[in-house]
Amino acid sequence: MNADKKTLVDLYKRTLKVRLFEEKVWDLFGQNLIPGTLHLYLGQEAVAAGVTAALKKTDWIQSTHRGHGHVVAKGANMNAAMAELLGKKTGSCKGKGGSMHITQFDVGVLGATGVVASGIPIAVGAALSAKMRKANEVVACFFGDGASNNGTFGESLNMAAIWKLPVIFIVENNLYAMGTPIKLTCPSQDIAARAEGYCIPSTVVDGNNALEVYEATVKAVERARKGEGPSLIECKTYRMRGHSRFDPAKYRPPEEVEFWMSKDAVEIIKKIAIENGALTEKETEKIRNKLQKEVDKAADFAIKSDYPAPEEALEDVFAEVN
Amino acid sequence: MPEMTYREALKQGLREEMQRDERVFLMGEDIGLNWGGAFKVTKGLAEEFGVERVRDTPISENTIVGAAVGAAITGLRPVAEIMFGDLITLAMDQVCNQAAKMHYMFGGQRSVPMVIRTVFGGGKNIASHHSQSLEAWFMHTPGLKIAVPAFAYDVKGLIKTAIRDPNPVMFFEHKLVYDKKEEVPEEEYLIPFGEAKIRREGADVTVWGTFIMVHKSLEVAEELAKEGISVEVIDPRTLAPLDKKTLIESVKKTGRLVVVSEETKTGAVTAEIAAMVQEEAFDWLDAPVKRVNAPDTPVPFSPPLENFFIPDKERIARAIREIV
Repeated sequence: MNADKKTLVDLYKRTLKVRLFEEKVWDLFGQNLIPGTLHLYLGQEAVAAGVTAALKKTDWIQSTHRGHGHVVAKGANMNAAMAELLGKKTGSCKGKGGSMHITQFDVGVLGATGVVASGIPIAVGAALSAKMRKANEVVACFFGDGASNNGTFGESLNMAAIWKLPVIFIVENNLYAMGTPIKLTCPSQDIAARAEGYCIPSTVVDGNNALEVYEATVKAVERARKGEGPSLIECKTYRMRGHSRFDPAKYRPPEEVEFWMSKDAVEIIKKIAIENGALTEKETEKIRNKLQKEVDKAADFAIKSDYPAPEEALEDVFAEVN
Repeated sequence: MPEMTYREALKQGLREEMQRDERVFLMGEDIGLNWGGAFKVTKGLAEEFGVERVRDTPISENTIVGAAVGAAITGLRPVAEIMFGDLITLAMDQVCNQAAKMHYMFGGQRSVPMVIRTVFGGGKNIASHHSQSLEAWFMHTPGLKIAVPAFAYDVKGLIKTAIRDPNPVMFFEHKLVYDKKEEVPEEEYLIPFGEAKIRREGADVTVWGTFIMVHKSLEVAEELAKEGISVEVIDPRTLAPLDKKTLIESVKKTGRLVVVSEETKTGAVTAEIAAMVQEEAFDWLDAPVKRVNAPDTPVPFSPPLENFFIPDKERIARAIREIV
């Protein structure tokens, strides 16, 4: 294990923060305070936590339609994130984006996108930019098993490989593209196998174990910073809930659900942290209480914030020409 | 002032911007050392600026545009080239869902300063996948600026403005204007977006058209002048923003309008122009607005078929005579 105690605490905090944020979101949704739909990150927290813990603040992430966890783990202002989900003027996108476009550029989020696989080329472009600007920044690009069947996956891996770009492809393989199991859509059950054709090193990790994700990401970041090019990390994980708002996910076999529910991302990293003497049970509770307060405060801020004025719909189509 | 082809003027504009701003770089298929662009626009620039800044790409249109988006939001000024306008279909998600919408849907957090150059139009007998005019699709997408330069002087000034704009700009060229020559200043100049140019003043009828149709309309105007018909010809130069004022004022003066483009007729840019003018200047119109377009078919290959498809001077003249 390469991680020191401080890192284990960081991993626990990030994993738990995302969990508590999403549980609060689910709660507010139940109170009808969140319009539209939601793709909750519950269950997959360790992926965002492990990846972002290995990045600097000046590094970038590219998010997806299931993006709350990525943004929160990267260090987003939770008030603005929560307010965006509620469609408020104080949201990070002024209420113009919502759940699928939750983005905070100033903490290194390139964007969250509603079109599956569309973020991959953008991450490649940001990595190209980092290289051309000689900025030594790294880009982590999140996407799912479903996205790896889209053409941009192949195009982007190829382009990143030929130009040796500092990008890390993070495949969150949660076994289902909406309701379609990966068994029906991928000839290999490991997406990582596809990287070899593009001469990109890849690895498969337990996506519910933040430490495993972190350690794989550290290696990939090192490779990227040395100018050696892209890597791909496949994180095997699972949604605790359905694909979106009204999906009870009845298509998943009960024994499969039970297996994954027993692999709770928060419990796993908590156990590792305690076993390695990074935290005591009491300290984990203290952290939980503190984070819960932050999340509650964010929800309170979001609820009390104003909606945008209707005619603000006409603003921001174009950036102003100087 | 030297005479320059449209191609040379465009290259000069790109060169000046690359010299001025090191964030500017070009990327696209076959734009670099071996080929210099399918229409030779970038020939010599890879030698001048290096292959990092004049970057040959794999045949991956969606990722070319997507990578330009990623580069633009992180501090560079990419100019992506799509070899033929028809192939932009492969990159529609990145153009219309990403580049066009990012500034809006992220609440103005980041602008997307990028240019996508591509070329439209028929007349080269290269059939349905290399000859279309698809401007309307992009005019129908809020968040994109659109330049449609038809003359050498304009293409230089407009490409420079496009590169400096903080928004995504679709920069459309036309295959048959690359060789057209005009006096072009060697020194720097910019042409603002949203300013149409009255190419010829007239009193009886306004003709509004794009690309090669501006050139044809000017020839028609010259011929009709001999019959005593005075034709005013307007070249919009950009479609977004659109200079409505110049057109509306012209229509108020002439009372008649013919709109001309090489697009297929239904849902074309010209249809939007016709609708806009009847909405804003109905009381000044003395006749119905006439549309001159290609028929609603794919672009055919065989010369007699393609010649029939593309509006010619005869059809423009006929439309004018019908309402004058």
